This record gives sequence, C-alpha cells and structure tokens, in this order.
Amino acid sequence: MNTIYILWLRQVKKYFRSPARIIGSLGQPLLFLLALGYGFGAIYAKAGGGNYLQFLAPGVICMSILFTSVFSGIDVIWDRQFGFLKETLVAPVSRFKIMLGRTLGGATTATMQGCIVLILAIIFGFRPEYWFNIPIALVVMFIIAVLFTALGTAIASLLKDIQGFQLIVNFLIMPIFFLSGSLFPLTNVPAAISFIASIDPLSYGIDALRSLIIGTSLHSLGLDVGVLLVLVFILLGIGSYLFSLIQI
Amino acid sequence: MTEHIITASHLTKEFDNFTAVKDISFDIKKGEIFAFLGPNGAGKSTTIKMLTTLLAPTSGTLRVAGNDPVKHQNRVRHSFGIVFQDTSLDDDLTAYENMEFHAVLYGVSKADRKTRIEELMKFVELWDRKDNLVREFSGGMKRRLEIARGLVHHPKILFLDEPTLGLDPQTRNHMWSYIENLNKTEGMTVFFTTHYMEEAARIAHRISIIDHGTIIASGSADELVKQTGTTTLEEAFLKLTGNVIREEEASSADRLRIARKRFRR
Repeated sequence: MNTIYILWLRQVKKYFRSPARIIGSLGQPLLFLLALGYGFGAIYAKAGGGNYLQFLAPGVICMSILFTSVFSGIDVIWDRQFGFLKETLVAPVSRFKIMLGRTLGGATTATMQGCIVLILAIIFGFRPEYWFNIPIALVVMFIIAVLFTALGTAIASLLKDIQGFQLIVNFLIMPIFFLSGSLFPLTNVPAAISFIASIDPLSYGIDALRSLIIGTSLHSLGLDVGVLLVLVFILLGIGSYLFSLIQI
Repeated sequence: MTEHIITASHLTKEFDNFTAVKDISFDIKKGEIFAFLGPNGAGKSTTIKMLTTLLAPTSGTLRVAGNDPVKHQNRVRHSFGIVFQDTSLDDDLTAYENMEFHAVLYGVSKADRKTRIEELMKFVELWDRKDNLVREFSGGMKRRLEIARGLVHHPKILFLDEPTLGLDPQTRNHMWSYIENLNKTEGMTVFFTTHYMEEAARIAHRISIIDHGTIIASGSADELVKQTGTTTLEEAFLKLTGNVIREEEASSADRLRIARKRFRR
C-alpha cells in the first residue's frame, strides 16, 4: 500500500511542480472548445441539434484526459533515460505495485487536467444540466484516465526512445479521439464510423459523461461504465505484464 | 573461519551474440572492501547486475547475504544498497523526497525514517540542502546523496558501480573517505568496480582483475604486485592483461558516453 502511495505521490508532486506543462496542455482542448464550439455552433443549431457547446464540452473534457493520460506513459521512458527507473526496479517491491502506483498517479493528474477543462468550459458558456451528478462524473473521468494511463504505460514499457513513443501514440490517439463521437453525434453516421466508435473505448467514456452531465446518451450508463471497467482491468494486466519485462 | 557474505561460483552470463562473463568464481568476506578492476566492457557491470538481482545468470550459482538472488529476489534486495554507474535520482524531487521515496520502498518504518534520513544526510553533509531540488545539485553532491540513499535501509553490503566516474579528484577523495569511514565504523561490506588503478590500490582490501569476462588474478594490491614481480599495481595490471587502462582517455570517453545517453532522444 505504501509503495503504491509513494509512487502516486511522486507523479502528483511532479505535476504540480510543472505549471508550464499544466498550462501548455490546456491549449489544445481550449482551441477545440472555442474554435469548434463557437464556429460550428450556429450550423449545429440550424440543423436542429441544439446547443453545440453543450454537446461538445464532455467530448473535449475527455480529449484532454485522453491526451494527458496516454502521454503520462512517457514518464517511464524519461525515468529509464535518466536512470531513476533502476532505483524503483531494484527495490524489494513487486513490479505490479510500482506500475499501479505510477498509473494511478498519472491518472490523477489527467483527471485534474479534465477538471480544469470542465471549469474552463463552464466559464465559456457550458451549462451542466445535472450539477449534482458532477461528483459521479469525476469518478467516471478518473476511470477513463486510469484506462488510458495504463495504455500509455504499456506502450512506454516496450519502447526506449521518446520519438518512437510520440509517433506511435499520435498514430493511436488521433483516431481514438476523432472517432469517439467527441465532435459529432454518432446517430446517422455511416456504418463504418459507427462500428469503429463501438470498439473505441473513449466513446463509452464520453457517452457516460454526457449521460451524467447533460442527460443525453446512446447507451445506458451501466453499459458504459461496465465496458470501461473491463478495459481498465485488461489494460492494467497487460501494462503490468509489459512493465515487468523491462530490463535495465 | 571467516564468513563469506558474497559467493559466486562458475558464474556465466551470455547475451544473444556474446558472453559478457565467463565462468568466474569469487568470495567476499564480511566487512571487506572488494574491487573489480578492469577496462570498460570487461564484465564488471554485468556481474554487479547479477549480484543485485537485475540480471539472471546463464549458469553458475550465487549467494548474496545468505540468499540466492534469483530465487529470493526480495530478501537479497533488502540486504544491499547500490550506487549505479549513472545517477538514478529524481531531478524533480528534493533531496529529502528522494531519500523518503527510497525509505518507503524499502519498508523503513515511519518512526525510523526521519531520524535515519537526517543522520545520513548529515553524514554526507547535505542536510542543509535537504529541501533543494536535486536538479540544482552538482555531480559530486548527487553522488553523495546516492550513497546516503543506498544506506537508508541499513544494508549489509554496499555496491558501487564506477562510483567516481566523471567526478573531480577532490570530490573523489571526499567520497572515498565516507566509504572507508562506513566500512570501519559499521563493518559494512563494500563491493566496487573501477577502472582507476590508484583507487583500487588505495581503497580495496582485495582486488580481482577482470578482463574479457574472466578474472585474471585476485589478491591485495601488494600480493598482485608480488605475484607478478613488478613494483606498482599498474605494472602488474599491464603484465597480467597485456593492456594499460589509460585513465584520461577512458574517463573522457566515459563522459562522452554518459552525455550521449543523456541527450539521445
């Protein structure tokens, strides 16, 4: 328990010590929120979709969680290059606990990032329908974050260089983001997109957030959270297996 | 009869296309300062990695503090502290936080933690810098902090892999005086690797000369000199291996190697 806690604490401390990273990674979600939210808002309303910003905000919150989570896997590669990974791997604790602590830490910071985006969205005109659901929404955000941090850690465990990680991750998270229904409703889309969305984990996260905060959704909340939780366990398993294979 | 704290017999490590360590055997007595002396690529670090559970040997047997590093990884891990060749501190944490992180990982109780960390950081003269981020530290300070960190959990053995690489002579002397002090006052066994002749000669009670993955000769510096009928360890080394370790060249090449590791992106 202590092991998991100290590794979690380290990730969180590092997050707060790097305000540049916090602010810098707000740029992209903010751009999506403002440029798309205000840019497409009129067309979306004309097409009978209602307020686009209301629809878009949960998608952009999830996007910021997705990016921060997956990219937090990069810390494994940094630690490997700067030698700190050795310090943890030679300690008398299980690799699973190390991986779990790191993952929960990375997920916590990604959730905080999501919260900041939520607050920004509210400042720019997003109005949650169900305020009292927000605590539950935070839990869902954390589950999404754990899922994608575990994915990032799994990928990082296989790689030794930062560039390779960035390439693979960009190749992976762009489709996850664009085809998740974050930017457009998944009703009346071509069958191919609707199929891809159905195997895109993020689409379940966004759907869960929408059903909690604005009250519209494709699936039931139970299905969404169920899918997310199953994936969390699978990815934690794969991630800790790959992490345990790291040789120094 | 003296007690052996480390025993290696017929230790071999093969990688895909070469053999890093070939059938080496050695014993280290409790309370001894023991050195592996050899050029880069001789198999020193590979041996340390096997002793410290980071690599499993291809064949041969090992006992470290009474346990097998392959079968009883965690017991062995509790028994030693290690200072790696390259720094392994977290730059974004303070010196104290680095120590605390280690203490928690090694299960040092909360009550002991504070006093132990304070005691060690005073010992390496870094207590007044405890709240500084490690990134602000010089190379020598980082090394001292790593030594202190390696000792937090009261290890029986301290492993030092090329501990003075890239340090200036003054800092090197300073560092060794800490180590010798520890060895004398706490009877700690010290195992270090180096390619600096004078360091091995001055510090180690016993030396094994290692090259191309095999131990060529073992003994105290005096014994090695006597055995070969030479006058200095350097000459003895030359006679035994047919090579000289050129300190200057080696150290600048090592600095380059470290720099390359750091900046390879």
